Amino acid sequence: MSKATRLSPTTKIVAYGFLSLWLVMAAFPFVWTLWGSFKVEGDFFSKADWANSLFGTLTMSETGGSFTGDGYYGAWVQEEFWRAALNTLIVCVCVVTISLTCGTLGGYALSRSTYRYAFWFLLFALMFRAMPPLTLVSGYLLPFFEWNLWGHLSTTIIVLVAINQPFTLWMLHAFFKNIPKDLDESAMVDGCTRFQAFRHVIIPVMWPGVITTGLFSFLLAYNDFAVTTMLLSKENQTMVPKLVSFLGTTQTKGNVMFAVAAVVSITAPLFVMIIFFQKQIVSGLTAGAVKG
Amino acid sequence: MKHSSFFWFVLPSALLMLAFIAFPIVSVVTQSLYQEHEQVIIEVENCGPFGCTTAESVDQEATAALREAQPLGQFAGLDIYKDRNHLAFAEVGEAWTSSVSMRDFAGSLMNLPFYDAIAFTLTYTAVVTPLTIIFGFLIAIGVNAVARAMRGPTIFLSLLPMIVTPIVGALVLFWMVDARGVLGAALQWASGDPDLSVKASTPLMWIMLMVYGTWSSAPFAFIVYYAGLQTVNTDTLEAAMIDGATRWQRIRYVVIPHLVPLTTFIALIQLMDNFRVFEPIISFSAQAHARSLSFAIFNDLGGETRLLSSAAATSVLTIIGVAILLSPVLVRTWRDFGKER
Amino acid sequence: MKIWKNAMLGTAVAALSATGALACEADGRVSIIGNEFPAIQTVAAAAGACAGIEFTSNLTADHQTLNVAGMTGNPAEYTTAIVANSSIVALINEDVIQPLDALVAEYGQDISPSQLITVDGKIMAVAFMANAQHLVYRGDVLEAVGLDVPTSYEEVLAAAEAIRAAGIMENPVGGAYAAGWNLAQEFTNMYIGTGGEFFTPGTAEVSINNAQGVEALEMMKALTAYMNPDYLTHDSNATSAEWEAGNVALMNMWGSRTGVLMDDEGSAPEVYENTMVSGPLTVGDSGTPATTLWWDGWTVAKNVSDADAAATFQAMAAGVSSDILNDETMSQAVWLMDGFDAAPVNEGVLASVAAGSRPYPMRPFQGLLHTALGDNIADFLQGNESAEQTLADIEAAYTAAATEKGFLQ
Repeated sequence: MSKATRLSPTTKIVAYGFLSLWLVMAAFPFVWTLWGSFKVEGDFFSKADWANSLFGTLTMSETGGSFTGDGYYGAWVQEEFWRAALNTLIVCVCVVTISLTCGTLGGYALSRSTYRYAFWFLLFALMFRAMPPLTLVSGYLLPFFEWNLWGHLSTTIIVLVAINQPFTLWMLHAFFKNIPKDLDESAMVDGCTRFQAFRHVIIPVMWPGVITTGLFSFLLAYNDFAVTTMLLSKENQTMVPKLVSFLGTTQTKGNVMFAVAAVVSITAPLFVMIIFFQKQIVSGLTAGAVKG
Repeated sequence: MKHSSFFWFVLPSALLMLAFIAFPIVSVVTQSLYQEHEQVIIEVENCGPFGCTTAESVDQEATAALREAQPLGQFAGLDIYKDRNHLAFAEVGEAWTSSVSMRDFAGSLMNLPFYDAIAFTLTYTAVVTPLTIIFGFLIAIGVNAVARAMRGPTIFLSLLPMIVTPIVGALVLFWMVDARGVLGAALQWASGDPDLSVKASTPLMWIMLMVYGTWSSAPFAFIVYYAGLQTVNTDTLEAAMIDGATRWQRIRYVVIPHLVPLTTFIALIQLMDNFRVFEPIISFSAQAHARSLSFAIFNDLGGETRLLSSAAATSVLTIIGVAILLSPVLVRTWRDFGKER
Repeated sequence: MKIWKNAMLGTAVAALSATGALACEADGRVSIIGNEFPAIQTVAAAAGACAGIEFTSNLTADHQTLNVAGMTGNPAEYTTAIVANSSIVALINEDVIQPLDALVAEYGQDISPSQLITVDGKIMAVAFMANAQHLVYRGDVLEAVGLDVPTSYEEVLAAAEAIRAAGIMENPVGGAYAAGWNLAQEFTNMYIGTGGEFFTPGTAEVSINNAQGVEALEMMKALTAYMNPDYLTHDSNATSAEWEAGNVALMNMWGSRTGVLMDDEGSAPEVYENTMVSGPLTVGDSGTPATTLWWDGWTVAKNVSDADAAATFQAMAAGVSSDILNDETMSQAVWLMDGFDAAPVNEGVLASVAAGSRPYPMRPFQGLLHTALGDNIADFLQGNESAEQTLADIEAAYTAAATEKGFLQ
C-alpha cells in the first residue's frame, strides 16, 4: 500500500474501533444462531431466561448433554434436506449462467449504443424492477397452472432470471462502459462483425465484471423466497422454502430447530464461496461500476 | 452501434423482461381498472358437524352468465384508486373541510390505510437509504485499513447480514429483541428501564425496523464502495499529500468525488428496495405499529378472499412512487447520456 | 427423544399404509393441496396409501394462495383441497369444487352423516376434524389464589387481578392477540359472545358499529391490561411459548395447540403438570359462548375427469376413515369419525361443541371483514382512538373491499 493511503495512529484506532463494533454487530446474530443450533428449542427460544441458550439447561435435561445434533440430524437425514440442496445447486447454476449470458449481450449493446432508445430501454428495465415481486408472483400462478408450467425447476429458473435481468443489465452496462470503445471499434475497422468483435476482444477482458454480477445473481437465486416458495412443487423445493416449511404455521416442536440447523447449513457454503471469490468480487467491481 | 446489431444483442434480455415483467405489469394495470361483477346474494342453509345455520351465499347461476359475458369483471375506471383503501379522495376532502387544525387533518389522514402506509414507507426510505450509504462507506474505509491477510474473513463477516436467509435471520432477531431475549435484556440494562419493550411501543418498533433495514443493507453499499476504494488513484492522493492536504481534505476532495458515481448506483437500488420494504414487517410482527405499501399488497393477497384489484392498484401506486423518488437520479442519467452523443 | 417420536410416527404411518392398501383401491389421479399441520399430514399419508392411484400432495402454509389458482385450470392441478369453514367459501365462490352427492352415494358408505358439509342442500365437503378456542388454565395458580375455574371473561379478569395482587405473576392472561388474522379471530369470538350479528341478514352490509361491538372491544382492552405488553406481536406460537415459560395462567387457546402444552417437552414440570383445559368462556349475559367452532375437511375439484374425481373421493374417504386412528394419531386432533376416543386434552373442544357455540360463519364476505378487523383493532387497543371510531374504520375498510368484490354496489 502506498504511503498516501497509510493511516495515522489515531485514525487507525478509530477505524479499527468502528470496524470491530460493526463486525460484532454483523456477526453476532449468526454466531448466536450457530451456537444455538446445537441446543433444543426450549433453550434457544427461551422465554424464561435468555441465558438458557448459553448454558443449555433444557438441552441437558432433555438430551443428557449440553450440545445436541438433533436439529442437523432431523433436517438432513429425516427431512432429506440434501434434496433441497441439490435443487438449489441446479437452480443457482442455471440462473447464473442464463442471467449472465443474456445480461452480457444486453449490457454490452446498451453500453455501446448512443441512441436515445438505449436510455429508454434502461429506464424501463429499472421501472420493471420497481414492481413489487409479490404482485408479479401471484400474477404468474393462474397462467402457469393453466399451461402446466407450475412446479418445475425450469419455470422457476426462467422467472428468477427475468426478475433479475434489470439489475444485471444495469450493473453490466456500467462495467462495459469502462471497457474502452477503441478496443472493439478497432477490431471492427479490421473487418470483424459486431459479434466477432464482442467475442474476440470484449469477452477476454470482461470477466471481473461478469464474476461480480454473477455473485449478486447467485446470492439472489440462493436466497430467494418469494418466487421459489410459490412456484415450486414439494419435490422440487429449494433450500429456503424447505427451511421455512420446517417452521410452518403451527410450529411443531423440534421442527423449529431443524430450521435453525438448516440456516447454519445454508450459510456455510457461502463462507467458502466468499473466501474463494473475494479477489474477483473486489477486482470485478473495481473494473466496472466505479466510473459508472 | 447499428440498430440491427443492438436489436439482436438485447433480444434475449428484452424477451425475458417482456414476458415475465412487462406483460404482468400490463395485466396488473388492467386488473386495477376492473372490479368484480355484482354478486347475487341469497340465503342458504349450511349444515355440518355442528348443526345447521342460515347464511348468505352467492347465487352461482345468476353470476355465471355475467362472468361469461365479461371475464375481466365490470369496468371501474379509477374507482379502485379513489376508494377508501387507496387514495381516498372523498375521505381526504371531507377531512380537509371538517378539520379545525392541520394537526387534526393529519390525524384523520393517518387514519386512512394508504396514507398511514405511505408515511411509514417514506420515513423508512428517507432514514435507511442515507444511513446505509454512510455506514457502507465507513465500513469500506475500515476494511480497507485492515491488513491484507485478514480481509477475506472480515469481508465475509461484513456480508453476513446480507446473506443470512432473511426469514430465519429475522426469526432469531425477533426472539432476541423480545423483552426477555438477549438484545431486549441488554437494552433494558442500557436504558435502566426494566419494563422497556421494543415490541410494545410504536416509536421503538419504527426505530427497530430502521436499524434492521440499515443493518441488512449496509453490506451491499460496503462491497460496492470497497471495490471503488481499490481504484482511487494513488498518484493523485500522493500529489495531494505533497501539496499539504490533510487526511480529511484528501477524503473530501479526492476519494469522495471518485465514489460519487457509485453512490448514484447504490442510491438508485436502495431507494427502490427501501420503498418496497416488506419482509422486516412480517418478521418482526410489526403490523400493529408499522405498515408499508408492500405490506398492504400482501394483506390484500393473503386474506381468505383475495383482493386482486386492490393489490393491483397498490402495486401501480408503488411503481409511480418509485418513479417519483428516482426521478432526480434518472434526470441526471438522462443528461449524462445526452453528453456522450 | 424427538427423533424417537418421529420414528414412531413413521412406523405408525407405515402400519397404516398396510391397512390402507387393503381397504382402498382406486384408479386415477389424486393430488392434494392443504395446510401442513400433523393431522393433515396423517390424512394425506393415509390417502396416498391407496392402491392404484397416481398420488402427489402439496401440504404448505401457502395453500390458500395456491388452491384457487391450482384448481382453476382444466384439468385442475389439484384434485382435492383440504380446507376449513373459513376457506371453503373462496373455493365455492370461484366455483372450482363440485357437489359430492353422487360420489357420497356411491362410495361414501363409511362416512358418518354428521361429517358431511352441505351448502344449500348440496354436499360440498367432508369434514374430518373439529377445533375451537377455549380456556386453558394453570390449576396450581388458581388454587393458590383460591378461585374456581372461570367460566366467563368477567371471572377471568377477577382471577387475573387476584393472581397479580398475590404477586404470583405480573401478566397472568395470555391470548393470540397478534395484529392481523389472530386479533380479528379474537374479536370475532368476543363479538359472537356478546350476541352481536356481523351483517344485516340477507345482505353483505356490515353492522358491527353498535353496542355489542363496543362491548367486545372494551372487554378485549380490559384483558390486555393483564397481558404481556407485547401482546400485539403474539400469535398462537408466541402465546404457547409464553405459557411454556410459565408466565401465563389463563388463556383462550386453540384446542389443537393444547397437546404440546401438556407434554413434557419445552417446559418445567410445574407448568405442564398443572396445565388444564376447560370449556369456552362467555361474555356478558347473552348466553352464547365467546368462541367459534371450526372444522377441517376435504373437497373435490370441479375441473377433473369423472375417473379422477372418483379416485380422489375414494382415496380421501380412506384417508379419513376410522382406520387411521391409532395411539399416535388419536391425540393429533378432535377427529370426527367413529372410533375417536377423546383424551383429556380434547375436552375443551368437546365442551365448546356441547355448550352450543356457533361455527365460524361460512359467508363469502366474512373473510373481507376478518381482514378489515385485523387491520384496525390494534389502533383501539393501543389507545389511539375510540371504540366507535375503530368500528367505523372497520366498516369503511370492509365496505370498500366488498364493493370491489361485487358484494356491495
